[in-house]
Amino acid sequence: MRIWPIYKKELRLYFTSPVAYVLLTIFLFIAGYFFYSIFAFFTRSSMQMAMNPQMGRDLNVTDSVLRPLFANLSVILLLLMPLVTMRLFAEERRSGTIELLLTYPVRDGAVLIGKYLAALTLYATMIAGTLAYPALLAYFARVEWGPMLTGYVGLLLMGGMFLAVGLFASSLTENQIVAAIVTFGVLLMFWIIGWTAEFAPSPYGAVLTHLSILEHNDTFAKGVLDTKDVIYYLDFTALALFLTLRSLEARRWNG
Amino acid sequence: MIEVQNLTKRYGSFTAIRDVSFAVAPGEIVGFLGPNGAGKSTTMRILSCFMPASGGSARVAGYDVFRESMEVRRRIGYLPESVPLYSDMRVAPYLDFVAEVKGVPRSARKKRVADVMDRCLIADMQSRLIRNLSKGYRQRVGLAQAIVSDPAVLILDEPTIGLDPRQITEIRALIKSLAGEHTVILSTHILPEVSMLCSGVVIINRGAIVAQGPIDRLVEEFFPTARVEVEIAGPTVAVLEGLRAIAGVVRVEEGGAAGDGVGRFVVESARGRDVRGEIFQLAAQQKLTLLELRRVGMTLEEVFIRIVAGEESEAAAAAEAAPGAAVTEAAP
Repeated sequence: MRIWPIYKKELRLYFTSPVAYVLLTIFLFIAGYFFYSIFAFFTRSSMQMAMNPQMGRDLNVTDSVLRPLFANLSVILLLLMPLVTMRLFAEERRSGTIELLLTYPVRDGAVLIGKYLAALTLYATMIAGTLAYPALLAYFARVEWGPMLTGYVGLLLMGGMFLAVGLFASSLTENQIVAAIVTFGVLLMFWIIGWTAEFAPSPYGAVLTHLSILEHNDTFAKGVLDTKDVIYYLDFTALALFLTLRSLEARRWNG
Repeated sequence: MIEVQNLTKRYGSFTAIRDVSFAVAPGEIVGFLGPNGAGKSTTMRILSCFMPASGGSARVAGYDVFRESMEVRRRIGYLPESVPLYSDMRVAPYLDFVAEVKGVPRSARKKRVADVMDRCLIADMQSRLIRNLSKGYRQRVGLAQAIVSDPAVLILDEPTIGLDPRQITEIRALIKSLAGEHTVILSTHILPEVSMLCSGVVIINRGAIVAQGPIDRLVEEFFPTARVEVEIAGPTVAVLEGLRAIAGVVRVEEGGAAGDGVGRFVVESARGRDVRGEIFQLAAQQKLTLLELRRVGMTLEEVFIRIVAGEESEAAAAAEAAPGAAVTEAAP
């Protein structure tokens, strides 16, 4: 399996074009703004609570800063992640380079994993940039490191799933915009699919709830590492990658 | 080295190639000829393991392109017609990537990439972005990526298309230098190129092979006679008679009057028999003025045109007989 050269090539392409830098800048700018506003609100609440100590007992960094921060980051990711993956197969197909890539002695699976890991690396770099916030927090307040860690695990799992869905969409078309829109549409649909759960007849409501991304993403920030949620993300990722592999194969037959 | 048997590829109801069979011996350069849309690229895509055939089989370097695709891919270098390259990469890192993917060991890679860049005359472009290269340089980078792993078989789809005359000469020289150590199959529709580079030729038209073999043999097969073009001043009837009387002349064709009392004739004689001397003697004896005497070489080009034109008129005749059948065949 020659994953390594594919991985290196994709990473090189991210960082020799402006894509990675623009994504990193915009993501960290918006994430920083979220962090600032949430933390400013927390600070003001703390001051008010200080005058009324009984109410202040419920106030802590995990619930008041980290959980809203992770929730907000998830929404930015929902918007930005389709842009990370849209190029990966669509551009190869548009420029015709896929014809060479698929005649090199590498399996389709190795190409897929190489590309996926490259996207994951870019994503991890984006997320790593936000580690400055807990560092700042820890300077001013008492941080619970457990929920912080699980929060990041959750973010990585969710992002990994977004990337896999994006990779699949990118393998379906030679138009990057189409790939991005399809990815966004699929992710948004699964984000809010639970909303109709209460109107659905009994067994289906539970299914819809379980399918919802929203349903699985808050527990991590609370410090809970539930296998149900971990498996949800991993399953979704594996399914999307499997479909991508099938799509590559189908495209071969159709020429 | 390459054996193709009854290869067929259908896209939906459209048959791109049907029952294509040919073979290429090790070290040979074979030209794959055909008009646009004849099925050249389809055949090459199947040989390079980019897509599977609908029927038949193909073996490259002893391995089946479908069942042992990895083994085949390790042994080929492929240059698609559009020369697809990563425009955001620089030349040297790109070739290094290709070498690594193709399994050139780390220790040999750097030297190998440098060698290939020298050979393809792109060493001075090595740190340029591929997007900024001219068509000629892109073509050479494409060729460089095909040969970087030193593969046994090279599959080149129209390697000289879109180049200027000097670049064409350079690329041809490069391809020619690959013969012997590599087996090359190259498609083109520039016929002189084939005569210059290739030892054998496969002609494909409308998805089927119409002729194949060494170039000399094909020319002989299609043009069994030698031809001489004569321009002579004198009475047409007498000249015709005189020409026909020469021993070995098979046929004399009147090419129309070229001017005042000057006639043009095409004299066909048995191959290997030179009648030019006798024509001169004839003119001298009858006191006719011989204005031109020229041997007409039969080239691959004429073979090709005759084959393709012959097919076309056959197809047209068939279409007249059964219009419905031709329509379904032409529909993509």
